[in-house]
Amino acid sequence: MSDLSDLKTTPLTDWHEAHGGKMVPYAGYAMPVQYEGVLAEHAAVREKVGLFDITHMGEIYVTGPGAEAWLDSLITNRISGAAHGKITYTAMCKEDGGVLDDMLIYHLADEHWLVVCNAANHAKISGWLTEHCPADGVALNDASFDTALIAVQGPDSRELLCRLGHLAGVTVEVEGLDFYNCFTIDGPGGQWIVSRTGYTGEHGYELYLPNDDSLAIWEELIAKGADLGVAPIGLAARDTLRFEVCYCLYGHELAEDITPLEAGIGWAMRLKKKEFVGKEFLAAQKAAGIPRKLICLEMTGRGIARQGAKVLYEGQEVGEVTSGTFSPTLKKALALALVQSDVPEGELAVDVRGRSIECKTTAFPFLSARTKGDPRAERTLP
Amino acid sequence: MVPDDRKYTQEHEWVQMEGDVGTVGVTDFAANEMGDVVFVELPEVGSEFSQGDTVGTIESVKAVADLFLPVSGEVVEINETVVDSPELVNTESLDDGWLFKVKLTEPEELDKLMDAAAYGELTGG
Repeated sequence: MSDLSDLKTTPLTDWHEAHGGKMVPYAGYAMPVQYEGVLAEHAAVREKVGLFDITHMGEIYVTGPGAEAWLDSLITNRISGAAHGKITYTAMCKEDGGVLDDMLIYHLADEHWLVVCNAANHAKISGWLTEHCPADGVALNDASFDTALIAVQGPDSRELLCRLGHLAGVTVEVEGLDFYNCFTIDGPGGQWIVSRTGYTGEHGYELYLPNDDSLAIWEELIAKGADLGVAPIGLAARDTLRFEVCYCLYGHELAEDITPLEAGIGWAMRLKKKEFVGKEFLAAQKAAGIPRKLICLEMTGRGIARQGAKVLYEGQEVGEVTSGTFSPTLKKALALALVQSDVPEGELAVDVRGRSIECKTTAFPFLSARTKGDPRAERTLP
Repeated sequence: MVPDDRKYTQEHEWVQMEGDVGTVGVTDFAANEMGDVVFVELPEVGSEFSQGDTVGTIESVKAVADLFLPVSGEVVEINETVVDSPELVNTESLDDGWLFKVKLTEPEELDKLMDAAAYGELTGG
């Protein structure tokens, strides 16, 4: 096994190792890639409830009278006017429209915002914010290494969180918390944020906790969820879960040489905003025609297309796979691919290690999300 | 842990001989390392290969691994069941999860493969 001793740990690292977590290096952290097995963990989240340690994510507080307008000048989406407790998904771009990262921005209170970015981009975003931060009116506080993050995801996640009840003197009430909203409470070690968000396409929550409070909560969730079938979930299933509902993953569907319009997250862009970094380029790209598009592929030949595999149309290379795997829920090989925007729907092929494997375009997303409404709603399967 | 009724390769495959035909599969160690296997591609029956040739692939949710031919010969049978139920590679790696059978053309190559004790040492017991 590779040496993990130089990597950062989370308050839950010892727990993972003691409970069968197979630890791998990820964004500078030793994180569990799986416990029981990716298929079982994936099914636990789709059908019951799973817990994820995603403490590696970056959390940067942005405060002050200038915070709102300044953040709005850096992101594609709009946060001004967001009510307290409202969460906004957005991209942050360079001048050339390439995506630096995708992120969530929480409006916690007047002049108090929280930026949650990907672990792999934490240093880059922290640096970007620091570099662009005005001298007056905005303060940055990078709390990433002090903040633990636990995701509770699956149709039984609400039931499980409701069972927390009083915990270390804190009442956790998630009934009535709408999708992409949050509230804060005072925990023993400091402020907690309870957020109705996630990366699985299921009803779910994310709990931001001071490091010292996280192990007790994790163990309590495991204990109180035993009869619900709660399971710890590794990074491998986190990826297959987000893939089936076609959520972008930075380094795959998003990158510095891919624009939000190409990646299909133009819905999180407000070109009517006065200005934001990248606006000029993105407005021009939208007007001139977007050169590439993200498409959903189902393999019809035998084989699994992985990231980097070339997509072929009538024998010509027209793009490449950004993510591809065997879908545990749909039980077939699927792929997301970034291709020239003039590629028609229908039959295509993917070069899988030198062999041309047939595939066809299919509807987006592969699997519909159940983040809002009935957590056990019948899925519309393609 | 490692059965001594067969030979092993550095690539974590096993060969169990019956007459001049060897049954080939992957070891428990390899199956555990791969995680849940979801796709198996096997060589065509009747094809002939040399020792070390790539003859197929095994894919888990996250990873792709090549299958190598442990001993030179002709593929005489493949396990169709494992093609339809790749999870057998995880659950029955040493029995029903076998992959294909090869009729050896160079039986002396077997001597170069590891016995159970050596393979156990390689994989940390």
